[in-house]
This record gives sequence, structure tokens and C-alpha cells, in this order.
Amino acid sequence: MNNRLDGLFKPNKKILSIYFTAGYPRINDTATILRGLQKSNVDLVEIGMPFSDPLADGPTIQSSSTVALKNGMSTKILFEQLQNIRMDIHLPLIIMGYFNPILQYGVEKFCEECAQIGIDGLIIPDLPLQVYEQSYELYFEKYNLHNIFLITPQTSEGRIQKIDQKSKSFIYMVSSNSVTGSKNRVEDKVLSYFKRVKSQPITSPKLIGFGISNNQTYRTALKFADGVIIGSAFINFLDNNSIEDIGKFIKSIKE
Amino acid sequence: MTFKVDSNGYYGQYGGAFIPEMLYPNIQQLKQSYLQIIGSSAFQNEFQQLLKYYVGRPTPLYFSHRLSKKYGTKIYFKREDLCHTGAHKINNTIGQILLAKYMGKDRIIAETGAGQHGVATASVCALMGVKCIVYMGSVDIKRQSPNVARMKMLGAEVRAATSGSKTLKDATNEAIRDWINNPEKTHYIIGSVVGPHPYPDMVSRFQSVISQELTHQLEFLEGRSFPDYLVACVGGGSNAAGLFYHFLDNPKVTIFCVEAAGHGVNSGKSAATTQLGRPGIIHGSKTLLMQNADGQIQEPHSISAGLDYPGVGPLFAHLKDTKRAHFRAVSDRDAMLWGLELSKMDGIIPAIETSHALGVLESEKFNKDDIIVFGCSGRGDKDLDTYINYFEL
Ligand SMILES: Cc1ncc(COP(=O)(O)O)c(C=O)c1O
Repeated sequence: MNNRLDGLFKPNKKILSIYFTAGYPRINDTATILRGLQKSNVDLVEIGMPFSDPLADGPTIQSSSTVALKNGMSTKILFEQLQNIRMDIHLPLIIMGYFNPILQYGVEKFCEECAQIGIDGLIIPDLPLQVYEQSYELYFEKYNLHNIFLITPQTSEGRIQKIDQKSKSFIYMVSSNSVTGSKNRVEDKVLSYFKRVKSQPITSPKLIGFGISNNQTYRTALKFADGVIIGSAFINFLDNNSIEDIGKFIKSIKE
Repeated sequence: MTFKVDSNGYYGQYGGAFIPEMLYPNIQQLKQSYLQIIGSSAFQNEFQQLLKYYVGRPTPLYFSHRLSKKYGTKIYFKREDLCHTGAHKINNTIGQILLAKYMGKDRIIAETGAGQHGVATASVCALMGVKCIVYMGSVDIKRQSPNVARMKMLGAEVRAATSGSKTLKDATNEAIRDWINNPEKTHYIIGSVVGPHPYPDMVSRFQSVISQELTHQLEFLEGRSFPDYLVACVGGGSNAAGLFYHFLDNPKVTIFCVEAAGHGVNSGKSAATTQLGRPGIIHGSKTLLMQNADGQIQEPHSISAGLDYPGVGPLFAHLKDTKRAHFRAVSDRDAMLWGLELSKMDGIIPAIETSHALGVLESEKFNKDDIIVFGCSGRGDKDLDTYINYFEL
């Protein structure tokens, strides 16, 4: 079985990836949101598994996670909702979640289930590279799942090289030293980090995430990377708009 | 069997550093430098001077005549409540503020539950003239208001954590997020033997002054350098780690860890982590933690804010697995009564956290000649409101 992430990146193609929290705003919105995103010509989707203590997330994703958990979302229910999703969703799909729920589910069982559903990759922000290599890489390989690693403005050049070598797909470039959350403009300090990374010999494609929220930040980020990831701004949109209007949001980003 | 951390940061199967990439450089810097800095004679000179003249160490090892008589055994208290700021927490904050200075950090963040660690951090920041921000759950801000006022008076900024259970766990989340947002000049002073490696080991080392002194004091008072029993309350485990440190490898010393049962271990309102928890990841550490089947961290309950934590330091998960220590849980109600007992019998009003430890006097049998040392981790000033309301004083 091919991994849909493998065919995603092409020269001169810019990727728009959207993150949403599964179980938010309502528990059964998962498939509807996925269809809305596919219809709006998004390139890639990250399905967030809500966690009680999301350390790397800002207020928007924190509160969407809290609501999703209150709605009753769990790993098991998410897998049930995704069971037949490949009948009509052809986008590459990534699951993003903190490590403890995955550990409790059983890492191998989790990977197996993802493969069976047709998930292409995982982002586990609090699973460090070294632990991944030592204990879990074998399951990712066995089930042909790509693990997506993060880099930040603090990541050393040497470590970026190491992460680049380990990456089977794209590198998630965290735009600034921060938890998730949307910002209106890209700061100068962040720009110089984008430039620095762009000048480095990195073979993996790069997607910039954290703080991308509108057409301006989207266009700036695209100058330095193969695409962007939008999370908090999309969740804020869902707070005030109906799921049918996802297309409008995507249009406002791409203009 | 060893109870020291291994080179990968583990105690048996527990510990490690499960941190997002954003924190990697900070944790790496700490890991690479802490042993060397702490081991240097310049650091040790400053540390020992401050422990003596600022904290007021050594703290007394106090023999309680009346309790010993009443319970038919020899009862001592290691008086950490007499430390400056009223608890053992300052042993660690003195160590970490010096470490921060050596690492060139000039902004300090901390989390606090009872407010004791917050006050201890705010004090040493004032002492060193550095900026201090303390995260505290909004529930704790209400129930420990005297400590909030103290922190403010000491020049610290107290920021309310309003997510989740609005207690210690959430304050810790907020402090970690702050560190992610401010990685360069900020040092995070964790208040217990929790969090990613090297924190559990580093904080244990700073707290180990307690058992080091105890060794000498017992030698002087009893003619032997170790007790028969050590008893401490365990929230994250820092006062316990300090009290046990030099005795962990001595099988003649029996160790009791007392957790908060809250309304009862199985009541759904409890903080007895080692009984209710399963292995998992909390705040960057693999340890026992209270969680539901889905791996969501559960909200604990204890009347004492300092024990109101759903995890426990990885050392304690290891002590539990290896059966090196015995674990007990004491309810809110019993802890309050033990607090009253110590006040009436010895003229010592303990912190409610500390009061939990005394529960073993009822649950265990001791012989007449047994030497029992309780960690008297803190004083009860901060808990007066709770005591007043509870006993309608
Ligand atoms: C007086 C006192 N004892 C005990 C504790 C519990 O912490 P630990 O288990 O780290 O000693 C606290 C925490 O705030 C405290 O203030």
C-alpha cells in the first residue's frame, strides 16, 4: 500500500494543510469536516486527538481539546469514526496526538489501526526522536506510517540534519518559539529564522506551522517553505461559522 | 539494586525526558551542565553559605517526648518547617537559582500548588535580583491566599492557571508553555522531583541535605547513623526524596511514603497516585499517574494543595515497583486531625501536607525502641484558613 504522503510534494507545488481537533465542535463532526476540507481543495489534513494536558498548545487548541473530551471523544471513538473514511476521502491524513493516550492504547496496536484505516503519518509532539528510534520506529516501519518531526528556531544545524535524515516525509517547521496559536503577522526575528533554514541543505520538504492565520502570514511563509499548516485560526473559524462554510475560510487564506 | 538515576535519566522503567522538540535545547543544556556546576567548589561554597545563613540550616532533629510516650516508640521530627519561608522547598530553590546564575539565565518561572514553592522561588529571586513569574492554579490561589500575598510582596508576578482542574497540574502545564515561549534566558525552577530528566535527580540532590544532616544528628543523639523508620508525605516527592536520599541503599531502614487519600482512595476524590495510577507520561516523565482508560490525565483531590497532583516523581514509582518503600494513604479528615494532634502535643502547627505522614502512627505497629523520623516538611501558617474553617476555630 502506498503512503499518500509520498506523492504529495512536487516541485513548485505549495501545500496547504489544515489541523482540526477531533470531537470539536461536536463529537460527530469529524467526517463532515474532512469532507468539507477535501471539497475546498486542501492538500493535507491533520486530525488532532484531544488530550487533557496539551503542553505544546496555546489557548485555542487547549479549549477545543477540553470541549472535545467533554463531548466524549476518545481514541476508540475516533478510530470508529474513521473506519470507512477512505471510501470518499482521498487526501493524505495525519493523526496528531500526545504520547500518553497512544501509549495507553498500545503503540503497536495504534499503528496497526492507523494503517488499517488508511492514515499516512503521525505527529507526536512529546515523543522525542531518541525514544522513537530506540523503541517505536520499528512499528512505524512495519505499518508504513511516516513520523513527522518538528524543528524550531532553537534547533541546532546538526540536529536539523539528523532530523532530516530520519524524516520519511516533510519536516514540521515551528514558526517561532511558541506554543500553537494564531498571529497576524510574521515577526522579523521569525523571518530571519526562515531565511536561515532555507539556506540549509535540507532534503525533506518543509511545512511551516504555528502562527499562520491569514493570507498575509500564509504568503510570507510560502516564500520559505513547501507549504503551511493552519490550526488555531481554523478552529477559531469553526467557533463562529458553520462547517458548510469551510470553503470560504480556505479561500480567504489563499485569496 | 540502585535507586540512583541511570545515565539515560531513568529509575528502573520510570523517568526519561518526554518533551516536545521546543524544549530540547533547554533540557539538553541542563542535562549537560548540572552535575558539573553542582559539583564545582565555587557552587558548593555559595550553596552551603546560603543554606546556613539564609535558609537557617541545619534544621533541628527534634525528639517528641509526649508523642513518643503516647505511641510507645521513639518519635523524631526533622524540622524542615523551620527553614526560611516555612518548608523544605527552599533547599531546592536556593540550588536552582544558583544554577540559573551559573547558566546565565535572568528570568525565572515556577509552578506552585500550596504556594510554598512559589514563595521559596520568589524569595531567592528577590535575593538574586532576578525577575520571577509564578504560575498557580486559580483554585489554589483562593485556598492559599496568604502565600499569594507573600509572593507579590517579594516582587514576583503570580499568574493564574485557569485550565483543567485549575490546580498544580495545570500550573505546571502553564509554566512549561511559558518555557516553550521563552527558551533563551529563562530557567524553569520545578518545585518537586518531577518533570523531565534531569529535574528529578537534580531536585533530589538539592534536597538530600536533609538526610545528610539527619545522619550526623542521629549519630549524635542515638549513637547510630540511621533510623529504623523514615516517614514522609509524598506529593511529587521532594521532601521524601530528601529525607530518604542517604538511606535508600540501607535495607535496615524501613521507608513509608504517605499519599493523600482525599475523601478515600476509591471515592473518586483522591490523590493516592501510586495506588490509583498506571504507568504513563506526565509533564515529560514516565511515571505512575492517575488517568482514565483512554490515557487522559485525571483530576486529583486533596485538601492539601501540595499533595493535589495526579503524578509522582519517577523515583517513587520505582520505589513502589521494587517494594523498597511502603505506600500508605491518609484521608483529608485524618490529616486534619493529625495536624491538630501535633499542634496540641508538641506546639507545632504543621502544614496539612506534613500532617498526612503522621497517619502511620495509627496504621503501623512500632516497638518501644524503634527510632522513627518524620519529615516535618512545612509549617501550617499557610493553612490557617483551612484549619479554621474545618474545625470552626
Ligand atoms: C509543606 C509541604 N510538604 C510537602 C509538599 C509536597 O511536595 P513534595 O512531595 O515534593 O515534598 C509540599 C508542596 O507544596 C509542601 O508545601
